[in-house]
Amino acid sequence: MIDILEGRKNQVIEKGSCEEGVIECGKASLAGSVSQRACVFCGSRVVLYPIADALHLIHGPIGCAAYTWDIRGSLSSGPELHRMSFSTDLRENDVIFGGAKKLYNALTELIEEYNPKAAFVYSTCIVGLIGDDVDAVCRKVGAEAGIPVIPVQSEGFRGTKKDGYKAACDALSVLVGTDNETPVSCESINILGDFNIAGETWIIKNYYERMGVEVVSCITGDGRVDEIRKAHRAALNVVQCSGSMTALAKSMEIEYGIPFIRVSYFGLEDMASALYDVAGHFKNPDITKRTEELVSLEAGKIIPEIERYRKALAGKRAAIYVGGSFKAFSLVKALRHLGMVTAIVGSQTGNPEDYKFLKEICDDGTLIVDDTNPLELSAFMAEKNVDLLIGGVKERPIAYKMGVAFCDHNHERKEPLAGFSGMLNFCREVYASVMSPVWKFTPGRKRL
Amino acid sequence: MLLRHTTEKIEERSALTINPAKTCQPVGAMYAALGIHSCLPHSHGSQGCCSYHRSALTRHFKDPIMATTSSFTEGASVFGGQANLLESINNIFSIYNPDVIAVHTTCLSEVIGDDLKQIIAKAVTEGKIPTGKRVIHTNTPSFKGSHVTGFSNMTTSMVQYFSEKGKERKKQVNIIPGFVEPSDMAEVKRLVAEMGVKGIMFPDTAGVTNSPMTGKFNMFPDGGALVSDIVSAGDSFLTLALGRTASMSAAKLLDTKCKVPCEILDLPIGVRGTDAFINSLRMAAGVNVPESITFERGQAVDVITDMHQYFYGKKVGLVGDPDQLVSLTQFLTDLDMKVLYVVTGTPAGPKFERKIKEFAGENTIVKYGPGADLFAFHQLIKNDKPDLIFGNTYAKYIARDEDIPMLRIGFPIYDRVGHQYFPIVGYRGALRLLERMLNAILDRQDRDAPEERFELVM
Repeated sequence: MIDILEGRKNQVIEKGSCEEGVIECGKASLAGSVSQRACVFCGSRVVLYPIADALHLIHGPIGCAAYTWDIRGSLSSGPELHRMSFSTDLRENDVIFGGAKKLYNALTELIEEYNPKAAFVYSTCIVGLIGDDVDAVCRKVGAEAGIPVIPVQSEGFRGTKKDGYKAACDALSVLVGTDNETPVSCESINILGDFNIAGETWIIKNYYERMGVEVVSCITGDGRVDEIRKAHRAALNVVQCSGSMTALAKSMEIEYGIPFIRVSYFGLEDMASALYDVAGHFKNPDITKRTEELVSLEAGKIIPEIERYRKALAGKRAAIYVGGSFKAFSLVKALRHLGMVTAIVGSQTGNPEDYKFLKEICDDGTLIVDDTNPLELSAFMAEKNVDLLIGGVKERPIAYKMGVAFCDHNHERKEPLAGFSGMLNFCREVYASVMSPVWKFTPGRKRL
Repeated sequence: MLLRHTTEKIEERSALTINPAKTCQPVGAMYAALGIHSCLPHSHGSQGCCSYHRSALTRHFKDPIMATTSSFTEGASVFGGQANLLESINNIFSIYNPDVIAVHTTCLSEVIGDDLKQIIAKAVTEGKIPTGKRVIHTNTPSFKGSHVTGFSNMTTSMVQYFSEKGKERKKQVNIIPGFVEPSDMAEVKRLVAEMGVKGIMFPDTAGVTNSPMTGKFNMFPDGGALVSDIVSAGDSFLTLALGRTASMSAAKLLDTKCKVPCEILDLPIGVRGTDAFINSLRMAAGVNVPESITFERGQAVDVITDMHQYFYGKKVGLVGDPDQLVSLTQFLTDLDMKVLYVVTGTPAGPKFERKIKEFAGENTIVKYGPGADLFAFHQLIKNDKPDLIFGNTYAKYIARDEDIPMLRIGFPIYDRVGHQYFPIVGYRGALRLLERMLNAILDRQDRDAPEERFELVM
């Protein structure tokens, strides 16, 4: 195997090899590595970002606001306040004398101007150091403006992106449970952990509604403050993307007695099981019947088309490197459905159980990696001679330089990949890239 | 209407930035560092910063952008980042093995007060830096300046750490290109060579952030300024700094440190901007302008004469980085266009304002520094609608809402390609700008013309 940083040796295993051990994960990235990971602020920001009628104010120097300005394709069916970039743009003087007053003024100006339903105030690294009392400012402005003004404790250095998800969930908990008036059906759910990238939440919500299940709130895809406030009255939390929303589901279970199930909306099998699992929860024969009809109708529409792609793609080899490991499970299965082999699979934030499960569903010879870096990943990709990489923005050009096809399964996906229709989009995207004539002109890889 | 909230009435904002027209210093430092051959930029702070900067540069260049991070944790934030940096240096040389590590700070490490100079000295005495390898640093707190000053700081550090005055002056000119595209840097180098002058350019991202497809992933592409060249910059007889904001500081330091005199020029954008650059080269090196360059100039001027009626009186709004804005203002004014307002988030200073007004006239509105953001730019547009705007990708929201044609220029450009490969500097760059402006203006005229006035020949 190729050179791996000494401190990372246990973060890579090959299934079925004699050295196969237990993968180490959840570690902070080694100092000096080209880590693909981000920070606490990033985690909070991506989770809360899709709430479209809330004000998102970033308390810190300009960079944190600039880099997260409208970079996530979370669509809204109505207000689009979330696509603006608001920052206190802290300068040297603020660092010396404190930024609390500036924060107060900024919040007041913004709330007056935009009249949002709620405000989230994100703390960045520097706020944690200079010690602004963000909570106090939020309380004060909240009382004056009469809307929830919620501090998000997202100082970048306080941990990893995962800790940012937790901070976001804490912020959401403040809203949840504040509306006890609006009537809610007893056959109702919250969709947790779908962010409506390229309109995916809309597809999923439509399925549930056709099953006869009321969707009380989507957290946070196409999210609205008022929906989140009544989320605690739903009968079931349906959680996708294990990393980001499990904390909220757990706290709602304890506080409001709402059970939760984990699902994935990606790939035929997982999509169908998600709907059946929800139907099963309500034990209503009508819902079950409608679900069966829906699945057979929607799956029936796409299976013949998928077959066409499968013929071309069967036997091709893929590498997966994504943020959350839950997504990786679905991808392994979906690729298998296309007859493709997963040669490498990894995530930025997987936990031990995730990797255990991943190992179970992968074939022998699959390389499993935690928190990899470009040099390592590219060497693995060359070694395993992959035809496709599934990843995010920083991985894309690496794949292309190597003459390897690419599919974005992160913020920059342009077509919905969730749901039955999404599976078809996924096949089309993979096909378009793997079979592209451009690879005829590129030097490098021997294709099998 | 994504920007439906923007009001016409302009109110002073004291505490708030809405839709920034700048970003923070470290990303500029990272970009500059990529302009050294076989250099790995290193972000001394928490992981998020490095990840954001790499993502931003990756989206802009559509090329792999490599950089490492000190991966600060809560502990490092309390006890200082020395251990993290020393460990980083060790790991980077043993695994990635670059020739140079270029460290920049972040707001976090600045506020903690890490003394990078001292930490690097410690790395040297502890033998963590292999023979022939170099570690340099610059200070780029995010609460000062902007991405442009970050670029300037890293460029200045290259002089600080590398440039040396040898025994004798060499017949070579230093060129500091400023925060421009790799395509622009390549074009400047071509012009210098065409003039028959030996030039030393740094930083130089040509071939690094617009590298060709080779079939392999190469952490350190072939381009970039050689350290040996930056060392010998101390022996050059002249430095030409292109752009005050991004290049002056390094040029001044070469003067004080190595006694290399410098000339601060505007970026060579447009005919007059390029004339000034070519003229400085000609005078300094005592050469004649070759026929080939006169020919290029002639072509650019020819297009202007052919099409000047379409430029006349067109109103323009500009948002971007100060050095580009100055030169563009000059060029657009020379085309008889009317520059209504110029906005940059970079704290560019009163000299910047003077210069813009000198070119475009006293009535041109100039905004810079805190509060000069895209929201302010949009408000100006609502008060006096231009025919054309120049800005980075984020200006496209305004272009769409107000239905104004737009030219993408500056950083970042996330939604088009071309900037990496085709320069806007030099006479050829002027030609390209002319073409793009004409396309925008004439496409609009075609779109809006009533049928009987829809013209074939333009």
